[in-house]
Amino acid sequence: MGDGLVQARGLRKSFGGFEAVRGLDVDVEAGQIFGFLGPNGAGKSSTMRMIACVSPRSAGFLQVLGMDPDVDGPRIRARIGVVPQLDNLDTELTVRENLEIYGRYFGLSRAHVRRKAVELMGFAQLGDRADAAVESLSGGMKRRLTIARSLVNDPELLLLDEPTTGLDPQARHLLWDRLYRLKGEGVTQIVTTHYMDEAEQLCDRLVVMDGGVIVAEGSPAELIASYSTREVLELRFAPGTAAPIDVVERLADRVEVLPDRLLLYTGDGEHLQAELAHRGVKPLSALVRRSSLEDVFLRLTGRSLVE
Amino acid sequence: MELTRAATGRTAGPLGGVLLVVEHHWTWYRRNWRATAVSSILQPLLFLLAFGVGFGTLIDGTGRAAQATGGLDYLVWLAPALLCVSAVQTAVFDSTYPVLSGLKWQRHYLAMTATPIGPGQVVVGHLVWMMIKIGGCGAVYVAVIAVFGGVRSPGIVLALLIAMLAGAAVGALVTAFTAGVEDEGSAFTVLFRLVLIPMTLFSGTFFPVDRLPVAIQPVTWVSPLWHGTELARAAALGGGAVLPAVGHAAVLLALVAAGSALAVGRFRRRLYR
Repeated sequence: MGDGLVQARGLRKSFGGFEAVRGLDVDVEAGQIFGFLGPNGAGKSSTMRMIACVSPRSAGFLQVLGMDPDVDGPRIRARIGVVPQLDNLDTELTVRENLEIYGRYFGLSRAHVRRKAVELMGFAQLGDRADAAVESLSGGMKRRLTIARSLVNDPELLLLDEPTTGLDPQARHLLWDRLYRLKGEGVTQIVTTHYMDEAEQLCDRLVVMDGGVIVAEGSPAELIASYSTREVLELRFAPGTAAPIDVVERLADRVEVLPDRLLLYTGDGEHLQAELAHRGVKPLSALVRRSSLEDVFLRLTGRSLVE
Repeated sequence: MELTRAATGRTAGPLGGVLLVVEHHWTWYRRNWRATAVSSILQPLLFLLAFGVGFGTLIDGTGRAAQATGGLDYLVWLAPALLCVSAVQTAVFDSTYPVLSGLKWQRHYLAMTATPIGPGQVVVGHLVWMMIKIGGCGAVYVAVIAVFGGVRSPGIVLALLIAMLAGAAVGALVTAFTAGVEDEGSAFTVLFRLVLIPMTLFSGTFFPVDRLPVAIQPVTWVSPLWHGTELARAAALGGGAVLPAVGHAAVLLALVAAGSALAVGRFRRRLYR
């Protein structure tokens, strides 16, 4: 099979009677940032754990770095970096100790991990907290340390499970910048997220998962082109006013009815807005915006609440 | 632009991985030993003062007491057993909350097993570290007992090694128990009160088990602490027969093996689910 760093065919994972992943076909090529997008419970984390060789697959084919996780788990884990959804730092040790100890688990010499720890603390902007206990760090700092730790073995493949959940906007942008830099250095990355802007910013290719299966696949632009329109007109009406749904449904390509607003999918938002005004539709506010991955996501995974 | 990258890609061998886990524990201990000194040093000293020194003055080494202790000073007779009690207590405490923290609260065992290290190395590394700690604290304990006149022969060193083995047996079993605990609830309290305390009282530490009613004596045979105590006492004081000694050692080794295997299996299921 090709030069995919990760290849899955008919990949399945069950926990007792519950099937979290129900037949996944995935190819991740070297150098890409590949995204798994989906609501909670879609099977993203289960998939990531199988790729990270910490969760045996229930059925199907899986190859990571050309090896079978069931056979070569330790050898694969030696060459990947993992950022789990929940931080699992040793909170009673310092920032530096966490990096050094973790590096030692990859069979690296003390001298090497000492140097590497300093480099990674710079990368994560934690240099001034080097000898602080992890307990004393803020949530964002802990997250940055977890990410820095995942790089201690110079991984070829980096698995990031919801890396920016709980980070403030500055920290998210800092992290995105770091991930771009890593991509520039040739590190292949697999990211799960339910933030659409993150997937759109970062991912070369992505799959949308729902209920343990892939419901769409492509680049962010391709997905927007296939599952949405070029523009979206968002209309808000005064509370208690009945929205003129039948009128807008006739004029827009597609309409999503949200609790607080209407999303009108159309090629030309300005034009649609003018048409509606002409027909006497008077919203409280109207906004024309470019269609985003969020629109694709809403279309594919349904209207139910996604946290 | 260079678009491929080579990871360091190394894996430590099976034993190397165990030593790295021990190194991790040592790093923690170097920073936190003061906090654990209470349980690993102070508590054994209190036992020594209360039973060896205080209670021991009531036992004059004549009559029925002399029958039980073989005519030795009570403190001399007690010393090897205290090493075992201390080892077993350390093993129980170190294999309950700290292990569940690694699995559940702090979850650093999950971080460790995401590297080339596997669950078996985490378990064995934990047990090896525990034995090292028991050995180190035990050496301090032996020195203190010697100051009070409780050490009669160099056999006490062998007794300490046996205490480490007893600690490993109990530690392996308790680690396996902890790995099966999802929600701690009262599990550990029950373990401390219904297992650890009775075991401490009725394993021949403070009086020989042959002083118990004949019907109850077989119950003490399941206690790893009893096997450790009998063996340690024979090593420190001499006079033990060979066959029982081999039997006690075999039981302890079997418990280490069985407890470790059970613990590794449960760790694997829990960490790699």
